[in-house]
Amino acid sequence: MQHLIILPVLLPLLTGVALLIHRGGALTLRRTANVLSTIALVVVGILLVAASTDDTIRYYALGDWQPPFGIILVLDRLSALMVLVTSLLALGSLLYACAGDDEQGSNFHGLFQLQLMGINGAFLTGDLFNLFVFFEVLLIASYALLMHGGGKARTHAGFHYVTLNLLGSMLFLIALGILYGTMGTLNMADMSAVVPTLDTADLGLVKAGALLLLIVFGLKAAMLPLYFWLPRAYAAAPAPVAALFAIMTKVGIYSIIRVYTLIFGEQAGPLANLAQPWIWWLGLATLALGAVGVLSARDMRTQVAYLILVSVGTLLAGIGMHNEAALGALLYYLIHTTLVSGGLFLLVDAIAQQRGKAGARIVQSRTLTQPATLGLLFFAAAIAMAGLPPLSGAFGKALLLQAATTAQQYWLWPILLGSGLASLIALSRTGSTIFWRASGEKTGITLGPLRVTATLILIGGAPLMVAFAGPITAFTQATAAQLLDRDAYVESIIARDDTGGDA
Amino acid sequence: MEALFATTTGILAASGLYLALRGRTFPVVVGLTLLSYAVNLFLFSTGGLTTDGSAVIGDGGGEYADPLPQALVLTAIVIGFAMTAFSVILAMRVRGDVGSDHVNGNRVDEPREDKS
Repeated sequence: MQHLIILPVLLPLLTGVALLIHRGGALTLRRTANVLSTIALVVVGILLVAASTDDTIRYYALGDWQPPFGIILVLDRLSALMVLVTSLLALGSLLYACAGDDEQGSNFHGLFQLQLMGINGAFLTGDLFNLFVFFEVLLIASYALLMHGGGKARTHAGFHYVTLNLLGSMLFLIALGILYGTMGTLNMADMSAVVPTLDTADLGLVKAGALLLLIVFGLKAAMLPLYFWLPRAYAAAPAPVAALFAIMTKVGIYSIIRVYTLIFGEQAGPLANLAQPWIWWLGLATLALGAVGVLSARDMRTQVAYLILVSVGTLLAGIGMHNEAALGALLYYLIHTTLVSGGLFLLVDAIAQQRGKAGARIVQSRTLTQPATLGLLFFAAAIAMAGLPPLSGAFGKALLLQAATTAQQYWLWPILLGSGLASLIALSRTGSTIFWRASGEKTGITLGPLRVTATLILIGGAPLMVAFAGPITAFTQATAAQLLDRDAYVESIIARDDTGGDA
Repeated sequence: MEALFATTTGILAASGLYLALRGRTFPVVVGLTLLSYAVNLFLFSTGGLTTDGSAVIGDGGGEYADPLPQALVLTAIVIGFAMTAFSVILAMRVRGDVGSDHVNGNRVDEPREDKS
């Protein structure tokens, strides 16, 4: 059991490498291996969440080098939750890909697993430099996956994506250099202990480093001035990859939450909460502009990409609100938005395949082959995305609205509700154009059972999250409480005697 | 030495940034490479610059160089190499697929022979 923490990194690494070595093997075999490994990840994710509910923070010291010197993986409620959400999303997109998208290019399965390794590693690591390394792992896999299948639009969007992320990685390294130079450590718990004791002469440098990190994470999360790459890249990516990318912006969100509650949180002395005001205003602006984008999109894929921006804005505003209730609410919203937007990407692809030449463009075209199945799924996903009751989007937003203080309400309520209205109008227009203003005979391909299952797994998250809203909100609120309890985190990592390690 | 080191890093970073903002893919890739050199040098210097110190901890226990930035910079160099190789291939692929080496895919200035 003690090695459970490293499994979400090790398992995809081994499967990924094996799949890359046997890339010429039988397709069914590769698919089976990938699906089995992903199902195993879901199981590991559930075990990790179950293990984290006792509120102890566990760590896994690689090679038994104790923190703050060695490399550690840390398991708390937030990490466990993120790993579970990732594996569920991965299972959905993978099943969809197995229906045929994986054959369009080489090495889909191996890269998919390596991408999962990077994402899980970023969620579990307790060390800022390893966060960089895992960012690189997930980015390198994502560069290749984004261009899976090839084509002009993909290579082109891919080049922009790669260049921007390379610049982002360089800024990350500069920030790490500044922080290491001033603090002398990169272990997050140790940094958190060092920050309040800093020399006043170093404060300016540390602040610069901390805000540089915000730029890097903001680029990953697609925060306002740094989001322009997202709609194009996501709209160009193949559907299962775009669905998996729904978690990538959340890696940025996760890093922001982790760094600015743990290291530069409440107890950081003169640097306490230095990023929250920035995140609050930029989050609101992202939300507002995302809503404009949703209304202006002429292609369903771009529209879903902008819907992701709206959700990123909502999450950022939640971080900027900076209280325990808001943090719990945004984590609930995060699970919801990751699963549903992933599902929506798959659904849009299925719809586009049945419309022949019109593809994903929001124009009048011929009737879909299965208007009832796809229509119902689209209806459910749109309700969840726009945040209408009775599905989970409404719950998440209501929790978030409730958590706002009076001063914040003046800004958050109109913008959040207004963006919900914009999404609703845009999605109704899309839905009615596609399903009602259609004519002609049905000629498209029918949706196989695998694709229906995959889409159902992800969109089915919305009603399930309402049915189990009690336990889920209890978990996310406890997660928020644990995140803000910085002393407990630091003590369980640093002050433990050398018999305490898990390895 | 600090002044020389800082100037070198600064010039590398400035040239890299200038090239990375150019419109064609080749200067962009070269710019990214220069930038990554600058970043590596910067990262290397974060442990402080030591001359004639032992690599980790020497016999006399005297002056020694901070080993952690060296380890960090080694990782960063490896990743940087891989990414440079990848972006070169990608830039060529863009040239082939889009038919132009402009980052926005515009066909500009001199006409090129048709690839068909």
